[in-house]
Amino acid sequence: MRHRSLLIITTVVTTGALTLTACGSRDDSKGGSDSGKKTTVVIGVDAPLTGSLSALGQGIKNSVDLAAKTANKNNEVPGVEFKIEALDDQAVPASGQANATKLVGNKDVLGVVGPLNSGVSQSMQGVFGKADLAQVSPANTNPALSQGDKWGKGEKARPFKTYFRTATTDVIQGKFAAQYLYNDAKKKKVYVVDDKQTYGAGLAAIFSAEFKRLGGTIAGTDHVTVKETDFSSTADKVKASGADSVYFGGQYPEGGLLSDQVKKAGAKIPTMGGDGIYDPAFIKASGVANDGDLSTSVGYPVEKLPTAKKFLTDYQAGGYKDPYGAYGGYSYDAAWALVQAIKTVVADNDGKVPADARAKVVEALAKVSFDGVTGKVAFDEFGDTTNKQLTVYAVKGGAWADVKSATFED
Amino acid sequence: MNELPQQLANGLALGALYGLIAIGYTMVYGIVQLINFAHGEIFMIGGFGALTAYIALPSGTSLLVAIPLMIVGGAIASVGVATAAERFAYRPLRGAPRLAPLITAIGLSIVLQQLVWGFYPDAKKPRSFPEFPGESFKLFDNLYLQRADLFVLVLAPLCMLALGIFVAKSRSGRAMQATAQDPDTAKLMGINTDRIIVMAFAIGAAFAAVGAVAYGLDKGQINFEMGFILGLKAFTAAVLGGIGNIYGAMVGGVVLGLAEALSIAYIEEIPGMQQLGGGAWANVWAFVLLIVVLLVRPQGLLGERVADRA
Repeated sequence: MRHRSLLIITTVVTTGALTLTACGSRDDSKGGSDSGKKTTVVIGVDAPLTGSLSALGQGIKNSVDLAAKTANKNNEVPGVEFKIEALDDQAVPASGQANATKLVGNKDVLGVVGPLNSGVSQSMQGVFGKADLAQVSPANTNPALSQGDKWGKGEKARPFKTYFRTATTDVIQGKFAAQYLYNDAKKKKVYVVDDKQTYGAGLAAIFSAEFKRLGGTIAGTDHVTVKETDFSSTADKVKASGADSVYFGGQYPEGGLLSDQVKKAGAKIPTMGGDGIYDPAFIKASGVANDGDLSTSVGYPVEKLPTAKKFLTDYQAGGYKDPYGAYGGYSYDAAWALVQAIKTVVADNDGKVPADARAKVVEALAKVSFDGVTGKVAFDEFGDTTNKQLTVYAVKGGAWADVKSATFED
Repeated sequence: MNELPQQLANGLALGALYGLIAIGYTMVYGIVQLINFAHGEIFMIGGFGALTAYIALPSGTSLLVAIPLMIVGGAIASVGVATAAERFAYRPLRGAPRLAPLITAIGLSIVLQQLVWGFYPDAKKPRSFPEFPGESFKLFDNLYLQRADLFVLVLAPLCMLALGIFVAKSRSGRAMQATAQDPDTAKLMGINTDRIIVMAFAIGAAFAAVGAVAYGLDKGQINFEMGFILGLKAFTAAVLGGIGNIYGAMVGGVVLGLAEALSIAYIEEIPGMQQLGGGAWANVWAFVLLIVVLLVRPQGLLGERVADRA
């Protein structure tokens, strides 16, 4: 009996494989009729695929994969076959740098989507800058990445011409959060906590400045350490300060625990954070009593954008195991921007990938403009997205529900 | 409002958890002079064992029934892994230079993390752990005790007491003391030192499992990386209390926990020290304390000064 079932399985698998190869070769001959053979172009992906931020990282990888597959299916760039190479940075800057070096070393890579963390991006930008390799981050929000270290003093200077992003910066997100918390949620006394990382500390500082400018009080500040889990002492300080809300600059693993421990300490006040905590895992970590916690995230809710309908159905049809997460739409758009840039470069070179393709892709990327999943996709002179839509989400009955979407105005 | 009692309670609960894990470092070090850096991972595996036990129970089981079974499940997992590690990773290196088993321990720690990461269902993200339902107990206006903190504050001293009696009174316990003092002579006296060493690993692992259940109940989640930082802190606690001394592990844990909690709360209120306070500096102050203690008492708080036996 066992042998027979084995035989059946082998037959099925072989038939399946043969059918698939048949399909593949037919596609090849169709696409290749004009230029002979298809050139392989690789889009690199760098994101935390494992570790506590993997929920977001897997969503980024899958969305880029979907974009590459869609481009191949539509024959978006004739003569070019897209592939992705996804590397895991575990949210560690050193891994990101090693991955960047690896991607630069692969001649077929013409653009990279990622990473998730601003801190990781800092270590990768230089590597890509030297190699003229275009990088589009779907999630970095730290302003210094595109506007230089002195952006706060008004001296904006773009450090790397290879760096682009589809996510809005913390300047916009932090101010938007402060305006919502003060004007809409009517909170006047906030306790600010951050995780000392590039993203978290930057966001918290921008939020605090705007909140004070609006007339609110900062009841106190504290910092937590990434990967630690006991914040009960900080939680008690929050309670003792009499704050009516907490703002957390950081990611969901610490944010969820902080929200939980603040409530356990006896302070029934909401915790607000940036897109780093906008993930279902935040709700899982923050336990049962987290209704009312708030987060901001870049863009309008993907589910509500008419342009995103196709992305949603395609993602479901793709059979990906992990959800697209907070950055799925931005990752798809980032990858699609690269596809469009490559399309321009290839079209300008008589349908072939030129020898100095990397530098040309960077040039073309600056001029890209199309209607993407998250709205209009285009980059300004710093490589930042021109899209300034943001949404506030609140935890309601164990899920994030959008409460306010608006285009940011300073 | 005076938040001192609350911060003391936080520090005590955290310290008791450190102490439970530190027992594993101190017992193994006391007997074989090995710093078992994989012990943080043994703790983590205890947590996943407990979670497995909880999932295996029919849903709706009361936590009062579930917790003892979770501790048993966690202990089975952690003791199993710890004794296997002793047998297959450390015993073959018993005669080797001391750095060899140390590096092995670090390697083992990475392997164990990756195994849980790779093979435990859904362990690539934090997994939720059952929590005590209900509000925290209000003792005074300025002192709330969370149920999970109460759990560890009751259980840790009980476990310590049981271990103290076991080591001082039972036959195996005295054999353990003899092996710690001089393994060769103990062997000549007819003590099966291999068995004693396995026992030290097993007891440490069981304590770690108790700690892991307490941790899970408190934080509501466990993940494959949680053993690293906690293991490091517990090791620090063991050194602070005097490595090799089981009471020292608990004392060191409590002192470390209190130091962290109080430095988060009060350092920044000292004039001129505002920049050096808060959660960001808690670890710095904890280690400053460790260095000061070691300068004054190199053997740790409760450690005995022993001549180095070459």
